[in-house]
Amino acid sequence: MSATSATLETPVRTSVARGQVTQLRVFRSEWTKLWSLRSTRWSLLAATVAMAGLGPLIAFFQMNRWDRMAPDDRLHFNAINTAVGGYHFAQLAIGVLGVLILTGEYSTGQIRSSFMAVPKRLPVLWAKCGTFAAVAFVLMLISAFVAFFASQGILTQHHVQTTLGHAPALRSVLGAALYMAVLGVFATGLGAIVRNTAGGISLFAGLLFVVPGLTNLLPTSTQNAINPYLPSVAAQGILSGTRDAHTFSPWGGFALFCGYTVAVLIVAAVLLKRRDA
Amino acid sequence: MISVENVTKRYGEKVAVDDLTFQVKPGVVTGFLGPNGAGKSTTMRLILGLDAPTSGSVTIDGRSYLDLGAPLHEVGAMLEARAVHTGRSAYNHLLALAQTHGIGRSRVNEVIDLVGIQSVARKRVGGFSLGMGQRLGVAAALLGDPRVLILDEPANGLDPEGILWIRTLLKRLAKEGRTVFLSSHLMAEMAQTAEHLVVIGRGKLIADTSVEEFVQRASTGAAVRVVSPQATALRDALAAKEAQVESVERDVLEVHGLTGQEIGEVALAEKIVLAELTPLQLSLEQAFMQLTGETVEYHATSTDSDDPTTMKAAA
Repeated sequence: MSATSATLETPVRTSVARGQVTQLRVFRSEWTKLWSLRSTRWSLLAATVAMAGLGPLIAFFQMNRWDRMAPDDRLHFNAINTAVGGYHFAQLAIGVLGVLILTGEYSTGQIRSSFMAVPKRLPVLWAKCGTFAAVAFVLMLISAFVAFFASQGILTQHHVQTTLGHAPALRSVLGAALYMAVLGVFATGLGAIVRNTAGGISLFAGLLFVVPGLTNLLPTSTQNAINPYLPSVAAQGILSGTRDAHTFSPWGGFALFCGYTVAVLIVAAVLLKRRDA
Repeated sequence: MISVENVTKRYGEKVAVDDLTFQVKPGVVTGFLGPNGAGKSTTMRLILGLDAPTSGSVTIDGRSYLDLGAPLHEVGAMLEARAVHTGRSAYNHLLALAQTHGIGRSRVNEVIDLVGIQSVARKRVGGFSLGMGQRLGVAAALLGDPRVLILDEPANGLDPEGILWIRTLLKRLAKEGRTVFLSSHLMAEMAQTAEHLVVIGRGKLIADTSVEEFVQRASTGAAVRVVSPQATALRDALAAKEAQVESVERDVLEVHGLTGQEIGEVALAEKIVLAELTPLQLSLEQAFMQLTGETVEYHATSTDSDDPTTMKAAA
């Protein structure tokens, strides 16, 4: 090739190390992909700010209104639920981002580049879920701790604060991070199944936010029988400072939610392998 | 070497590729021609393992794409439809691809330089012109320094300078012993770049030959124009070889049934002076139209058999 390339400015072939595709390398690639999109950074920032900031904000309003709060409100006040209250918003940002991680590749055609580089396909799914779960867990853990300590600081105003040592405070803070990590994987799996952004987000929001509203319309006995099995109800026990009747234990419910997530991932994996890209 | 063997691909009722068999050999640029909807892109997706064939097999150097441990080092591909997330920069797109194979950042910068997109490498791909997008596609294909290159319409959207660049690059890559397989609907472009042709229509193989042969085959029956001061003597000599000879004007003949070389040999044997010997060849465009005319998916006009505008396939 020396004769040909000598006449041209840049050689095509240089010493390119010939490495194999490994799961670890695919993880690294997905890490780069995750952080190199503006939409990811904004969604993660929104989730982090919401998780860290909304709890203390709610605590602030509660303390300002404490003297005028209804006795029933005061009776049901829970310092932990106030602190991790930001999850209501953060779960939406994490879920939508989870869906987008796969559907964004389908809508732009990027998925073809991804699968040409990793023709076995499944390493891409594992790497996407793994990196996103890890990022979501770390960010949500930090912001949940921030929210907890900031909230308790504010709640001292009326001496209704709690401490991490006080059960189940630590479990709730850890639980918030665990819930977000698994939720992200759940949503990524839904995205892989649906492949369409609008459809994926609708499915995610439907399962988590709409179905509980619908079961509320059912007769109480039916409702009580069904509710513990709903993904949102099963999952959110782990981060709640209180325990509702007709729910599984916090860890039991969370295990069920993990089971749902595994089921979604299995379906996603089978479809990813089978379908034309 | 790319080997496509008895491959059929159905999407529901529609047959996109129909029992297709051909090989793409190393060291030459092989063009992949066919009208729109002929199944070119589908065939490329089948080679790259993106779609699974309904039946038949596709191998690259004897192995299925799905079994390649380091596909980017074996096969570099650029598909016609963009395969890049529009929100990511060109650099990060290439880096993410490189990382799956443990390819370093220096190689990423190298291919960016090679295709000449340094100035936009850090910008989001969504804002790229068609030409810049094509160059990024070529960069991604070259990232792993592969032995096989598969490019769908690489000249698409490039300016004249870009077309010259891709043509030179592809020829150089083939000379380095790589297998280069490219599709195009620009016949003139193919004539300049490819040496070998695989022609398909409606998913079926129409021709698998050298560009030269392809034109020749399609030109069968085309005349050779001969100018000679001894036209009469030549006419008799050629008529003896069972050629059909027509006097166009004084000293000018149009000969059917013999090639230019055969006519020259006859003239030499008879010691006849030739002033001009021109094969009235069809251009690649015409040859293509002639061969695929009948297999074009959607005719603009009626396809009644007695319609004089309908072209008959010569093959």
